[in-house]
Amino acid sequence: MLARAVTHALVGLDARPIEVEAHIQRGIPGFAIVGLPDKACQEAKHRVRSGIASAELQWPGRRITVNLAPAGLRKEGSGYDLPIALAVLAASRQIPPELLAEHASVGELALDGRLRPVAGVLVAAEAARRAGLGRLLCPLESAPEAALAGVEAVALGHLAEAGAYLRGRYVPEPVEAPSLASSNGAGPDLAEVRGQERARRALEIAAAGRHNILLGGPPGTGKSMLARRLPGILPALTRGQALEVTRIHSVAGVLQPGRPLVDRPPFRAPHHTASAPAVVGGGPNPRPGEASLAHHGVLLLDELAEFPRPVLEALRQPLEDGTIAVARVGGQAVFPARFLLAGTMNLCPCGARGDPALECACPPQRLAAYQAKLSRALLDRFDLVLHMPRPRSRELDAPAGEGSVAVRERVETAAGRLREAAPGLGAEARTLLARAVDMLPLSARGRARVARVAGTIAALAAAEEVEAEHVAEALSYRVPPELAT
Amino acid sequence: MTWPSVGRGREGYPSLLAELHDPPSRLYLRGGSAELLRRPAVAIVGARSCSPYGAQVARELARDLATAGVVVVSGLARGIDGEAHRGALAAGGITVAVLGCGIDRDYPRSHTELARRIAEDGLIVSEYPPGVEPAPWRFPARNRIVAGLSLTTVVVEARERSGALITADFALELGRDVFAVPGEITSALSAGANDLLRQGAAPLLSPDDVVGAIGLQRAPPAAVASLSPAAETVRATLRDGARASDELARAVGLESAELAAALVELELAGLATSADGVYRCSH
Repeated sequence: MLARAVTHALVGLDARPIEVEAHIQRGIPGFAIVGLPDKACQEAKHRVRSGIASAELQWPGRRITVNLAPAGLRKEGSGYDLPIALAVLAASRQIPPELLAEHASVGELALDGRLRPVAGVLVAAEAARRAGLGRLLCPLESAPEAALAGVEAVALGHLAEAGAYLRGRYVPEPVEAPSLASSNGAGPDLAEVRGQERARRALEIAAAGRHNILLGGPPGTGKSMLARRLPGILPALTRGQALEVTRIHSVAGVLQPGRPLVDRPPFRAPHHTASAPAVVGGGPNPRPGEASLAHHGVLLLDELAEFPRPVLEALRQPLEDGTIAVARVGGQAVFPARFLLAGTMNLCPCGARGDPALECACPPQRLAAYQAKLSRALLDRFDLVLHMPRPRSRELDAPAGEGSVAVRERVETAAGRLREAAPGLGAEARTLLARAVDMLPLSARGRARVARVAGTIAALAAAEEVEAEHVAEALSYRVPPELAT
Repeated sequence: MTWPSVGRGREGYPSLLAELHDPPSRLYLRGGSAELLRRPAVAIVGARSCSPYGAQVARELARDLATAGVVVVSGLARGIDGEAHRGALAAGGITVAVLGCGIDRDYPRSHTELARRIAEDGLIVSEYPPGVEPAPWRFPARNRIVAGLSLTTVVVEARERSGALITADFALELGRDVFAVPGEITSALSAGANDLLRQGAAPLLSPDDVVGAIGLQRAPPAAVASLSPAAETVRATLRDGARASDELARAVGLESAELAAALVELELAGLATSADGVYRCSH
């Protein structure tokens, strides 16, 4: 007796259809899974057997072979538990096989038969819809995610419910696709930052023009505190962007329970001990890294100079074209990674530079090595660079600043203007820029960067064209000579 | 490759240098001709690990001296020495680097490019034949040549027992003027320079002090571009002391954006500089 269930294997951000065939024959009782399953998938045997028993269904005491086709593709993870169990049940005619063939399914089984959520349900649901399968059997927690793809999500809490549903004896609650809620309260608020007007202004410019920003200064001046407030002032995601981000987070298995749709710009801050594959993505079956998880959001590299050089260099491709290609023997996976890069760093290894109360004790060689860590090429990607010296104590009595919501409104207006038509350089702005190139060490790339930032400043000021004062302000955020050597 | 050199007592040997009690028997030259060594010269020396303040003073002093036609002599070390050479080069002036190793050795390595630029119009000299490696005990001996070539020696920043003080001692032995740039009394980086002042060195308060001491006329100041009212206010406030941007904004009552524009205006006019996020007034 033969039966078939349909599920999906994740390949990068795509899902390929997998047929789960179960065959029951006479012979010595046994259970084999073939078709290149990995360890977790191989262990499905035990979960499926216990799950079926716990659901008070019958385990066919015969020789069972399960094949995962196409047999050449590696199958990873525990999402095959539910389809394998259903195929076995259909092959033993405990559920109607023809009905099962019309459903896609995904989910992990607990030993007591409950269904557990797995990664990548959104992608699997999208693939099911493309293949013309209108319904997806999935764990209760993953159902809203599946509904996002426009398929009918059959939300199941237990394997017994799956059996009952397919026998027509149980109708689960319908699941609605989550809508783009405007959850404003997310993340820390800028109102908590006192003083630091210059840095706040730079953050606003960074958010409006999606400029990468580098904050330098001695420890404890609030660099990280400010950088963490950057996502809160970014414009809200469009539905398309939210789906893109959700897809990546779903595949990586980092979706927060109860929040199936990522509707705010994501914020990722990998520690500086993270490896290059962890940051840009990789692995035998490529998975998105932190840079992709920060797609349409903010990637914060706290203590930028402490990151190993290979990690920093690996970020150059996504910074350039917004994607990361991970090549593997089995093909290439391309992950989107269009993020706003925020970096923080001390000005020297001992951290005392820029602090009027302390004296830097770094030997010149060590200082030079520290600064050389940031290659020209990487430094060139930061449109805004600013130093945050330690504020004197009375600065901390400064009144609390504006809240994130007010700043975000200005940012959204300016971003809208930039989308329509970026303001062009006015005559005076041109003259000033030319003078700056003569007077300052400013490269061609640096000039282009200053012009871009000036455009954003003009958009924030609602100016028709870029004026000299906008260029002047943009110039104040250029790479300082201490770092440019 | 053979390098030009000039022996003691020969045509072209700088007469000022011959006043040392143990003048080098031969000077090896890289770059321009020995004639440059007979122009009026001032030594600018100081700490290798210097503060942003020291770096700025050294650079601007060298720039102004070079503009006035003075040759700037220093030791090509990191910190003050390097800034002095850079300042002179920025003004299109002549600068002389005295090495404590062979003139074909680039030491320190990070100043290879600086050395190349110095040798374009200026001069790199050493008493050691080409090929001699740098060694710590050669640097004090190098300092006597720095002092010997110069009419006046300026110590910008020096800790106690700094090599720059050795240069000052040689200058005093030769009966030449020594200037010291006053530093904060709380800063160990300036302890040596301040100590020189206590011993009677002339305080350097303006580049004019040095130019006057060697009997030259200061070049007329370049016409100051007219500044916006905001920039004038900021400049006036900066004269009271270096400040970070946010403090400055509160002191003059400008928005962060307006202040940034005013500061860039001052920077482009050469009236202010920034280092590590702190803005200072030039002159």
